[in-house]
Amino acid sequence: MSSIAKLRVKRGSFGQSSRYDDFEVPYEDGMSLLDALRWIRIHRDSTLGIRYSCINANACKTCVALVDGEVEYTCMVKLKPTPIRVEPLPKRRLIRDLITDIVPSDEKL
Amino acid sequence: MSSQERDRRMLRFSVDVLIAGAGAAGMYAAIAAARAGATVLLVDKGQIGRGGATVMAQMTVAAALAEEEPDSVALHLDDTLKAGRGLCNEELAALVCSEGPKRIREMEEWGIRWAREGQRIKQVMAPGHSVKRCCYVDFLNTGPAVAATLRRKITEFSKIRRVSNFAVVEILVCDGRVMGAIALDLTNNQLLTIQARAAVVSAGGLTKVYARNSASTNMGGEAYALALWAGAELIDMEFVQFFPIGHLAPRLVGMDPIMWEPFRYKVGGKLLNGQFEEFIDRYGSTDFGQYNATRDIAAYAILKEVEAGRGTPHGGAYLDFRHIAEKDLRAAFGPVIDRLLANGIDLSRMPVEVGPMAHYHMGGIRVDANMRTRIEGLYAAGEAVGGSNGANRLSGNAITEAFVFGERAGCAAADDVKAANSNWDEKLAEESIARLERFGRTSDDNGIAPIVLQTELQRIMWDLAGPFRTGDKLTRAQARIAEIKTTELRHLHLGNEREFNLDVQDGFELRAMMTAAEAVVYAALGRAESRGAHQREDFPLADYQLIKNQVLELRDGELVCRWAQPVRLDRSQLEKPLMP
Repeated sequence: MSSIAKLRVKRGSFGQSSRYDDFEVPYEDGMSLLDALRWIRIHRDSTLGIRYSCINANACKTCVALVDGEVEYTCMVKLKPTPIRVEPLPKRRLIRDLITDIVPSDEKL
Repeated sequence: MSSQERDRRMLRFSVDVLIAGAGAAGMYAAIAAARAGATVLLVDKGQIGRGGATVMAQMTVAAALAEEEPDSVALHLDDTLKAGRGLCNEELAALVCSEGPKRIREMEEWGIRWAREGQRIKQVMAPGHSVKRCCYVDFLNTGPAVAATLRRKITEFSKIRRVSNFAVVEILVCDGRVMGAIALDLTNNQLLTIQARAAVVSAGGLTKVYARNSASTNMGGEAYALALWAGAELIDMEFVQFFPIGHLAPRLVGMDPIMWEPFRYKVGGKLLNGQFEEFIDRYGSTDFGQYNATRDIAAYAILKEVEAGRGTPHGGAYLDFRHIAEKDLRAAFGPVIDRLLANGIDLSRMPVEVGPMAHYHMGGIRVDANMRTRIEGLYAAGEAVGGSNGANRLSGNAITEAFVFGERAGCAAADDVKAANSNWDEKLAEESIARLERFGRTSDDNGIAPIVLQTELQRIMWDLAGPFRTGDKLTRAQARIAEIKTTELRHLHLGNEREFNLDVQDGFELRAMMTAAEAVVYAALGRAESRGAHQREDFPLADYQLIKNQVLELRDGELVCRWAQPVRLDRSQLEKPLMP
């Protein structure tokens, strides 16, 4: 019952040229896109930039990204056999990879 | 001096009270300290009020409000101590029970909407409580509502400076007194010094050191490591609470993984092994018709079935509601039924898989009733505190203790700094930051990424220091952890990104996880008996001579232990019964 999810992830830091990296991730039905991104960090590329905290409850609201062109919490997107494109939020300042500037301005140094 | 060093000097903070960790305990501590006149720097490695255990807690908060039925602080304390199997620090437990009601009502003044029925706050039963005592926010929204209320409240204080993505990696101590800390600014991978005359460690528990856990991913035991390295003592580190029927599969998002328990009791969910047989009766308990086997027996029975090859595909048991009529399921689960359906889970047609998982840590930093450690100026709050729950925590007490200990720590720290002079030692700070920079900036091309080692450590702890332990397994865990410390940990492979370098963050986290895991294993080996959450298969009975706490400290970098009598309370001090 294990399938392969194909992710195309936009990489790069603010002010630099960006690229897309492709990853294949084994998954079981029900697994989330965030599960796949975490799997990539452990098994393929630990430098992939993502934000997350609660992973289970859609409570921390920090794992947000653009998924196939729509703004989504990556924990709430289910993996599927067709390719998925993951990009940083377009209307927030890019920091690196999928990490954008979502922290309130009065919580910064 | 390099330009980097100049940056660091310019960015040094100076505050009265540093608070490391911004869940419910840290935010409450910030409010209390600011109310008492102190300047506060409240930091979190994630985002303020969005990480840690608080946001995940969908269940209930226990306090003797006596809104539903007669209750008293003494009765709440009795239930708490009973759960703790003789090991509670009764002063701390009594503090939770006596101050809990004040904090719950204060939270309501600050805007939280506890579920109400007419004029009364609704209070419900939960396992281990002798009366209806647990309040909540609908619907399964307690933790998020607590976090949102406190996030809003802390913005009202100009004395509280909040910083997200700022991870405290070491507390600085000079001549036995806190002088500040060093923290990693994740946004640019810089280590910065913070000058503070007091510090509150409120960075939560250590569920992340276990492969199976029910909490956020960001509690790797940093609180315990920070305190231990600073010279404070830890207590009861062997007592990790494993929740017996945490959700394993199918993948479920949007729900707390411990959500099944109240429903299992309420409507009667059957626990079945991988061959769809009921099995609890094989382990000296009955579950037929009642479905209420105690947590410890349920956990034991599930793992024994798995060990015997009768587990479910994901290594647990089935929880089956298919014998219940669909309309009764909908009545009992309410809107949860739809959240489950959105995850592809139709309870009228399929069972789910459940099993034990690390949920909470009873052990922690040893403090007095003012949350003071033995290091002057160093305080703890929330789950980071050890001792109040003894060998097992009563359900509903975790958020209560976050409020109560947070408030107490904030007040005490603010009071403390009034008398304390700054003892900042520039040379000590420089040496510490240089040492930590060597760790955070040294990458070995042939090394391993820290997240990979974290994953191995989580596996070791689950397999060898999990719910059921033996001397042999624990010794193997100890040996492997010691080996990682002297080999792989010294040759980490770290990316070279400047912004949000997750490898460096993971590396510092791993360093703390190793220390926390080491303390758990050390204490678990030391306690040759089974009591509460600590179960030794080679010592299955409780030993009355071990109604004592293990207190750990570092001496020359090595853990050492002494046994201490639990702190007892003069019960004549407790209040009279409360009436609704």
